[in-house]
Amino acid sequence: MSLPLEAGTENCAGTEKGEIPADLVRKADEIVKQYPASKRSAVLPLLHLWQEQFGYIGPRGVEWISQKLDLQEIQVLELVTFYPWFRQRPYGRFHFRVCRTLPCALGGAGKTFAVLEKLMGVKGDPHHGALISEDGRFSLEYAECLASCGTAPVILCNDDFHEKVDEVRAAELVAACK
Amino acid sequence: MAAKERRLILKHVDAPGYTPDIACYRKHGGYEHLKKGLAMGANAIREEVKKSQLRGRGGAGFSTGMKWSFIDPAKVTKPIYLICNADESEPGTFKDRQIIHKDPHQLLEGMILSCFANGVKLAYLYIRCEFTTGWKVLEKAIAEAKAAGFLGKNILNSGYDLEIHVHRGAGAYICGEETGLIESLEGKRAYPRIKPPYFPAVLGLYMCPTIVNNVETLCNVKHIVEIGGEAFAKIGRPNNTGTRILCVSGDVVKPGYYEFECGALTLGELIHEVCGGIRDGNRIKAVIPGGSSAKVLRAGEVYKFKQKGPDGAMVEVQMKLEDIPLDFDSLAAAGSMAGSGGIIVMDHKRDMVECLANIAGFYAHESCGQCTPCREGVLWMKKILARIAEGHGRDADPELLKDVADKIAGRTICAFGEAAAWPVQSFIGKFKEEFNMRIRRNGAAAKKDIVSLIH
Repeated sequence: MSLPLEAGTENCAGTEKGEIPADLVRKADEIVKQYPASKRSAVLPLLHLWQEQFGYIGPRGVEWISQKLDLQEIQVLELVTFYPWFRQRPYGRFHFRVCRTLPCALGGAGKTFAVLEKLMGVKGDPHHGALISEDGRFSLEYAECLASCGTAPVILCNDDFHEKVDEVRAAELVAACK
Repeated sequence: MAAKERRLILKHVDAPGYTPDIACYRKHGGYEHLKKGLAMGANAIREEVKKSQLRGRGGAGFSTGMKWSFIDPAKVTKPIYLICNADESEPGTFKDRQIIHKDPHQLLEGMILSCFANGVKLAYLYIRCEFTTGWKVLEKAIAEAKAAGFLGKNILNSGYDLEIHVHRGAGAYICGEETGLIESLEGKRAYPRIKPPYFPAVLGLYMCPTIVNNVETLCNVKHIVEIGGEAFAKIGRPNNTGTRILCVSGDVVKPGYYEFECGALTLGELIHEVCGGIRDGNRIKAVIPGGSSAKVLRAGEVYKFKQKGPDGAMVEVQMKLEDIPLDFDSLAAAGSMAGSGGIIVMDHKRDMVECLANIAGFYAHESCGQCTPCREGVLWMKKILARIAEGHGRDADPELLKDVADKIAGRTICAFGEAAAWPVQSFIGKFKEEFNMRIRRNGAAAKKDIVSLIH
């Protein structure tokens, strides 16, 4: 069973193929120990672990985690579809999340997003998942409040947090994605 | 003249040379109050917290001492859990971020003391995963505290054992609701639980008694142990004790976080003196005083509320927006709430239709989908507001919006329903002419470039 990848994503970071690294298995076992009362509590941490390793959570991840925690696959999949952080297809190697909520919007997040769209060469309706560049280098989406409203607008580029990202700063960040 | 900042929680944050590691924290007296607390004993700490009149800093402002008193560790046979709610995600709020990233050991010390006071052996720190460095800072701090003997087995030879684990969320605002958070921590969708029981103290994590406290609240416990409940209660105002971290964003010259004694200054002093006034010499139009869920306040409004006079009798006073003292009770009396301390300021050039459309977009994205009025209502509010903003509004839309909002509030399992309805009810109620004007202009307003806030 595999989901068809959307056009463009074959160049993106990550695939669920290949060996599951021993390190990931070791970390997963460590995490499970943190929840002595219920293994099921480890689903979110394991989903994070899988997505950090493979770039997204596909059917193989859902199956592996459900077996690890003695759950039905649906008990894992329903979390992937509920929590916005998780994705079922690979995104760009540089994934940008632009905060769109009121304080950032007042600070010009819309302009920041528009510049990023242009420089990354992505288009589409940002309300239906991330926009991904054809070469798989970039992806872009809106995020809801990132809790740094005093330094609006703010963005996350992969795990790096950036404040006061106006149009000039946005262009610098894109240029730095090598 | 505005009162001076009084930094209790943020005392060291941003001080030159202050680092988040344990050596630096201990150099500044860190973990000394843990020693004191362990010597005082659990009951004594609970007593001091009660005396302090501390109210929760997460949004609801509920008495911490009361929340704790629902559990009697002496009588409970099941494990008792404590969860630190570090899922800071109320739009306009960014105080916990500062503590987590810059002074994590203060949070840990407060948390360990709170766990000790309530007989907790295993605690979780639920942090939103968008704090991509924050969770690593906390894991490092926990490892340091463990190595120093402040966590783990037999803490400081007291015979008390405690483990704390960091648990990352995954981008859902509803996890800030305490029973939603518990469901999420159990590995499920974060669907808030039906009440009663009203507090997870009765049935919480794994159906065991559970205390959920906000980051800033737990930090306050450390200071209560330090100075004592009575001394703490003298900070701020009666029933609004301690300090409050105020997060200011939007159209002010100096946005940021400031810590003041509760009620020590007014909204006007905060905006005009502390934050340097409104940007570009503009005027205030509207203020959301306690995170985006709080009802909006409009410049020029006059609020009437009762206050204790000098002779102790209640007298009615009239206040302008700028005169409202920033504490729980005054903001509630003005028809809004102090909430999570997130103050969003909008100047006179801002379009209220677009601002509300933006907020509605947030709630439409974040509804967990469990209750029908909310799941359906928030999407319709977003769609209707988007169409007004884009120049396709209908004459009946403001009434329709109010109707939808009225039918969400009070008809859902958790307070998200109110949180989504209040902005719509208050914006439409207070700026109706602006909505009507936008609809009358319609086609002319449909220029894409002015619709900058709605997506």
